[in-house]
Amino acid sequence: MTDVAVILVSAILVNNFVLVQFLGLCPFMGVSNKLETAIGMSGATTFVLTLASICSYLVHSWILEPLGLEYLRTIAFILVIAVVVQFAKMFIEKTSPLLYRVLGVFLPLITTNCAVLGVALQNTTKAHNFFESALYGFGAALGFSLVLILFSAMRERLAVADVPAPFKGAAIGMITAGLMSLAFMGFSGLV
Amino acid sequence: MAFMQMTSPHAHRPGNTGHVMKLVILATLPGLITLSYFFGPGTLINVFTAGIMAMACEALVLKLRQRPVMFYINDYSALVTGVLLGLALPPYTPWWVIAVGCVSAIVLAKQLYGGMGYNPFNPAMVGYVILLISFPVEMTQWAMPRTLLAEGQALTGPIDGLAKMWFATPLDAYTGATPLDVFKQNNSQLVQHLYDTQAVFSTGRWAGAGWEWANIGFLMGGCFLLYKKVFTWHAPVSMLISLSLMAAMFNDGGSSNSGGSPLFHLLSGATMLGAFFIVTDPVSSATSNKGRMIYGAAIGILIYLIRTWGNYPDAVAFAVLLLNFAAPFIDYYTLPRTYGHNKARRGTEKEAE
Repeated sequence: MTDVAVILVSAILVNNFVLVQFLGLCPFMGVSNKLETAIGMSGATTFVLTLASICSYLVHSWILEPLGLEYLRTIAFILVIAVVVQFAKMFIEKTSPLLYRVLGVFLPLITTNCAVLGVALQNTTKAHNFFESALYGFGAALGFSLVLILFSAMRERLAVADVPAPFKGAAIGMITAGLMSLAFMGFSGLV
Repeated sequence: MAFMQMTSPHAHRPGNTGHVMKLVILATLPGLITLSYFFGPGTLINVFTAGIMAMACEALVLKLRQRPVMFYINDYSALVTGVLLGLALPPYTPWWVIAVGCVSAIVLAKQLYGGMGYNPFNPAMVGYVILLISFPVEMTQWAMPRTLLAEGQALTGPIDGLAKMWFATPLDAYTGATPLDVFKQNNSQLVQHLYDTQAVFSTGRWAGAGWEWANIGFLMGGCFLLYKKVFTWHAPVSMLISLSLMAAMFNDGGSSNSGGSPLFHLLSGATMLGAFFIVTDPVSSATSNKGRMIYGAAIGILIYLIRTWGNYPDAVAFAVLLLNFAAPFIDYYTLPRTYGHNKARRGTEKEAE
């Protein structure tokens, strides 16, 4: 029980993938203009991240390790992630065509979300077992969703602020992300 | 500038931003005076330095942005930011630290976002956090309260203090651990033992010499603002209640793992300054009353979490920034019901048939 809490708090807050490890910044900046889209993207990323960390764990421990092919893990994980994203894409297309259209190009782009590959690689370096891998992926996705959703609500407000012209749009978004990253440093030492 | 068309009722209140800001500065006086009484004139000098620097930054940026300088300087919001930053800094902070803090607070956290009324983060707390992370040594040297001074030793005078701030002239040993530092470093002693042996507690009454009175001073100032209806009670009261509840839950009768009693948490560190002067910031906090209660309560919980289990001894600035970040989201889901509608409705939504 304590292990579960430690992994979750670590992945969500202390080692937040976006604001502390700076992974997955492209969707963080790209899909955060509207709250509804951000919520949809969070759902899709959570689905992909959890599934991808499970699949990559299975591939790593059942295929790569027995054959002594650990050096292939980066490329193998990329393949696994691409397959999972394709699956998620078909899943969302059938269950929620509206969300599918709203997410548009960002859905296939989850493939290149470095947080997904980051979780898979960290799972192997931290020698997580099956359950821990799944939990770490889920926690990372929750942390990603948390900051993405909060950030998008804030960006809706920034869009109407009287920002000086050179800082409009992405620039002020970057500054805001930096300040948020500072605030997240307060969590250091929690676990 | 187009004038707004307004319908009745017309409120006749001689209030404008400048008036409110002056009240806020007035309300910091009890806390400022107690801090200066117990820890020497360092805080007073900080407040003056930071206030002037903040106004200078504001004027400079407004000039660059080609906005009316005097109009915005006269609303005193930059001065309030400077005063709050100066109150939060350790006494006799070097001038360049204060300067970096003021530039971060005014230029980065306020003017880049469009100035007064648009800043999503509390400027003073952004300045404080940037300083705390960038200059940890300068930012963790608190002066000793007067009750702890050795026989024949006097508090640092204003001349020596200014020399320390501007020319880095070393002072005689003047720093000591704050009560929150003592708790942070303790891992083997019972709380009662700490209170008996540590001078910072044994010369005080409830929560450490000097600190408890400074917090009571800020509490008095806050009550004055509350009486003047500068802000509503929701955010500060829910923050203090949630902080006390957390402290009461994890107090465990004062073992070495204890985080300290509720009274200790209420009267130490920046609790009261945060509750009445930072959390109540109308721009960066949540907007509706329900939203403010959630906002305050979450800040209280985070303060306790970081104080007790995090790396930093005090956490008001971090907790406030984290909740500033969440405030637009809280607002989004705590829309109040408007008059004439059965339930809350966004202005952009179509009316249900």
